[in-house]
Amino acid sequence: MSATAVHSLWTMAADPIDKIDAPKIEYGQLSPTLIVIGAAIIGILVEAFVPRKSRYYVQLFVSVVALAAAFAAVVGLAAGGYGTTKAGIAAMGAIAVDGPALFLQGTILLAGVLGVFTFAERRLDPVAHGNRVDSFAAQAASVPGSDSEQAAVKAGFTTTEVFPLLLFAIGGMLVFPSANDLLTLFIALEVFSLPLYLLCAVARRKRIMSQEAAVKYFLLGAFASAFTLFGIALLYGYAGSVSYATIAQVVDGTIGTVNPALADTMGNDALLLIGAAMVVMGLLFKVGAVPFHMWTPDVYQGAPTPVTGFMAAATKVAAFGALLRLLYVVLPGLRWDWRPVMMGVAVVTMLGGAIVAITQTDIKRLLAYSSIAHAGFILAGVIATTPDGVSSVLFYLGAYSFVTIGAFAVVTLVRDAGGEATHLSKWAGLGRRSPLVAAVFAVFLLAFAGIPLTSGFAGKFAVFKAAAEGGAGALVVVGVISSAIAAFFYIRVIVLMFFSEPRPEGPTVAVPSPLTMTAIGVGVAVTLVLGVAPQYFLDLAGQAGVFVR
Amino acid sequence: MENLIALLVAAPLLGAAVLLCGGRRLDAVGHLIGTALASVSFVIGAILFADMLGKDAEHRAMAQHLFSWIPVEGFQADVAFQLDQLSMTFVLLITGVGSLIHLYSIGYMEHDERRRRFFGYLNLFLAAMLLLVLADNYLLLYVGWEGVGLASYLLIGFWQHKPSAATAAKKAFLVNRVGDMGLSIAIMLMFTTFGTFAFGPVLEATGETGEGKLTAIALMLLLAACGKSAQVPLQSWLGDAMEGPTPVSALIHAATMVTAGVYLIVRSADIFNAAPDAQLVTTVVGAVTLLFGAIVGCAKDDIKKALAGSTMSQIGYMILAAGLGPIGYVFAIMHLVTHGFFKAGLFLGAGSVMHGMNDEVDMRKYGGLRKYMPVTFVTFGLGYLAIIGFPGLSGFFSKDKIIEAAFAKGGTEGWILGSVALLGAAITAYYMTRVMLMTFFGEKRWQPDENGHEPHPHESPRSMTIPMIVLAFGSVFAGGFFSIGDRFVHWLEPVTEHAHGHPPVSATTVTLATMVVLVIGVALAYVQYGRRPVPVVAPRGSVLTRAARRDLLQDDFNHVVLVRGGEHLTRSLVYVDHTLVDGVVNGTAASMGGLSGRLRKLQNGYARSYAVSMFGGAAILIAATLLMRAV
Repeated sequence: MSATAVHSLWTMAADPIDKIDAPKIEYGQLSPTLIVIGAAIIGILVEAFVPRKSRYYVQLFVSVVALAAAFAAVVGLAAGGYGTTKAGIAAMGAIAVDGPALFLQGTILLAGVLGVFTFAERRLDPVAHGNRVDSFAAQAASVPGSDSEQAAVKAGFTTTEVFPLLLFAIGGMLVFPSANDLLTLFIALEVFSLPLYLLCAVARRKRIMSQEAAVKYFLLGAFASAFTLFGIALLYGYAGSVSYATIAQVVDGTIGTVNPALADTMGNDALLLIGAAMVVMGLLFKVGAVPFHMWTPDVYQGAPTPVTGFMAAATKVAAFGALLRLLYVVLPGLRWDWRPVMMGVAVVTMLGGAIVAITQTDIKRLLAYSSIAHAGFILAGVIATTPDGVSSVLFYLGAYSFVTIGAFAVVTLVRDAGGEATHLSKWAGLGRRSPLVAAVFAVFLLAFAGIPLTSGFAGKFAVFKAAAEGGAGALVVVGVISSAIAAFFYIRVIVLMFFSEPRPEGPTVAVPSPLTMTAIGVGVAVTLVLGVAPQYFLDLAGQAGVFVR
Repeated sequence: MENLIALLVAAPLLGAAVLLCGGRRLDAVGHLIGTALASVSFVIGAILFADMLGKDAEHRAMAQHLFSWIPVEGFQADVAFQLDQLSMTFVLLITGVGSLIHLYSIGYMEHDERRRRFFGYLNLFLAAMLLLVLADNYLLLYVGWEGVGLASYLLIGFWQHKPSAATAAKKAFLVNRVGDMGLSIAIMLMFTTFGTFAFGPVLEATGETGEGKLTAIALMLLLAACGKSAQVPLQSWLGDAMEGPTPVSALIHAATMVTAGVYLIVRSADIFNAAPDAQLVTTVVGAVTLLFGAIVGCAKDDIKKALAGSTMSQIGYMILAAGLGPIGYVFAIMHLVTHGFFKAGLFLGAGSVMHGMNDEVDMRKYGGLRKYMPVTFVTFGLGYLAIIGFPGLSGFFSKDKIIEAAFAKGGTEGWILGSVALLGAAITAYYMTRVMLMTFFGEKRWQPDENGHEPHPHESPRSMTIPMIVLAFGSVFAGGFFSIGDRFVHWLEPVTEHAHGHPPVSATTVTLATMVVLVIGVALAYVQYGRRPVPVVAPRGSVLTRAARRDLLQDDFNHVVLVRGGEHLTRSLVYVDHTLVDGVVNGTAASMGGLSGRLRKLQNGYARSYAVSMFGGAAILIAATLLMRAV
């Protein structure tokens, strides 16, 4: 930088310059995110100012109202045509408001509501010192097993901060799939990741494991974020912009004006390819694709089960949304480069998740590997690169998130003296002792396995059909083989529940409050409705399947 | 009027539902409900018949569309009924004979504690059979077809405590599956050929379809008919089916269900007309079976099995006539109706005899029963005269027409078929006279059973004799009524078409020849069984007799060819399954498990290892992306 330039910087205030235009913000179109973030901030104020006894109720109220209002806003926007005819870019090019964004935001918000319900469940753990407690530590900051923890338990503390943390995470997730430039993408990524790291650490029982999970998640997440950020830098170097639209234009070679300062590097394909691969890698980490999946089992197992359920559902929705937009809006011109690579990722993800799940003995780890396999199936839909591919992925994500939250909610019910009984051997004969709970879980497992008349079948059929029509027939073959492998361990759990002798000291099934019952009930209802009559929702996803550029 | 058609089916269906779901509290009235609903169906049938008679011949067909069953684009299945003269004939036969047999069963099954269930099954049978003949498409017909199969299975095995009954039911079911497979293949072929399976469009489209396809469809339909109507080679189940209660034998295994095959062929007339090869096969099947059944009937000492052989043989006549094409269709149906009367009457008579003889079925232990049961004797005797074709009675008219039509087929075939039909008439006269003489004439041959109970032959109650009397009227007069002025021909002509056959010899000659062989048959039987005392223990007999007693070795044939062959096939398949298939499956599972165990170790819990994996993954991802561009 030359001396004069520095000088001019210093003297800037003296020179008359053009007024900076105030950025134009479409508050209406951003309202879902704004409501949720606003509620999260209110939640922090609640922590500061509301008496401890009533915080739980206030937080629950604020969270549910905010999520409901945000969902209403999404529905309003969709009804107003923002998903189709009026779709556009808002907030000075930072946020896209279009069909996929609204569909995924709606899904995340519904998953969020069910998540809040499972977070707020206080009837499962035995009453401690006269206080009803939830799944979260009495005081997250206290060292596990220490006196201060004992004191906190005795005092009846609960970590009501989980509600604002959850709202922040949801806020970030709402932005993530609608981010329309790379910086917004990265900020949204961090906004939803950091609260999740924290939430993973605050389990009431097995706290060491929970904290270990959180640290691993944080370390690996930070590692992945670094890749993403580096990739963003490289892409900026390539295109001279972080805006999706501009990068897409440079990739296509249709850009009009070129920033002279970047003329040397611009259009350098090495930057593009490496940068794109690194950004994509960050997203694949979030969806849990092989070989970036290794955090999943440990974190799913260690995190408090309500957090696991929410995270498994909503993170996947948000991350796949962002991945779709990146690949379909920014990199369609690069299709022939990334498609084969992504196919490879999808293949190892499907097979890896399904195969390793076979030997799992813990139900939460089993579901973690199952979620990896499902990431592979969804990737097959992503790779289709057709409008059908988008809509099939949207449908799959919607269907999958309800099954996941419901399944993890059932896991919270099966308990023994040490809290949740997650070891599979303890589930033996559950169907004899608690036929209803076992039947509900069987429905979820069948949906995971993709058996007809469940949403899992409709979703899987949609993505495989889209992939086959999109020219990825080989992928479909691998997908079907993986489904067959996966069916083995899902059915094995059903066999275990219904056809094994119950163990004498087996777990009991706790009777939950209406909150968890609602979460499970909605999960079952959606699973069956989407399985029996999927057409309306497929049409909805089909209408929402067009990205704005 | 059309709207009544569904009620025909609905009434017995309701009866079946009420009786089978109603439980024990209906035990006292179950038989009355069943009989009443069967009669309701008959009354509705009669009303529809009267209405039909009031219209001109061309406008008699009625249709009722109930609902769309499987509405898929390019695949339309409707629950719709069609009532034309052919269906009407069957409706009257089924509900009329059916109601009489319901009435008869009230007395016959009086001491059976599962009588309510029996009437439920009978009603189920009526509903299914009516569905079969009223359906306006092959798919719905198939539903009825399977329904009567089910009812037949349930009723043959009604006395399931007897192993022989249970086995017979299974046998009937299995053999029928073979035929049913033919029908389902035929329907699939129709769908691929015509794109529909409604009677109207399918039969209209036969003109534009290749003969090969039509022959295939027709042969598959024939296979179905062979199964249901006990024709060679699927005849083996009918004799064993006599294990069922006698009213069942009369209704299902003589008068109605076993004639469904004839209905199927006549209904599909256009397909058969366009496939002469299939028609030839049909006539051959009919001719072979009519001899087969007649020969078996000569050797059986079990009265019901002798009658079963006769049924097989008489249906052989119908199939033969149906195979002859337009010169035979009407007579096939006419013989079917008259046979429905006299064979049902004969079976009810046999049931009445058994009822009076402690359920003894061996004719060698009867003898001289005419004195003890006069009503049974007279009605059975009239049925006997009808079936052998005594001049003026029903069988005379209908059978004579079939023999004439067989000659009229023309050429060598005509001569062969006609002669076989004539020979069959002689054998019919022989075996029926044998039954008559062994049962009602001669000396009494019954003895006390092992418990010392001597049978006390007696006439059956009124509820049993009335149906027999009514059926005897049918046996005597139906044929004449149908034939005078060609009433039946004119009635059915609009549906089945009719062509006058021209036999190479005059009709009078054929009739005379029939009379001659009739006399020969009766005389032969009289010499053997009327003039000499009948031995209580059957003599060893000639090779043919012994073979005929074993149903002409049909079961031995099936055992050697199908059972043994099937066993060898399954054994080798099981071997392949155990070694090859299971080997592959278990091997795959084991290797997946092993792979899973290995891969699982990669998940060692150390964040550093995970990071390395991610790093390696990222490197591969980037390298692969770059490589894609390079190649």
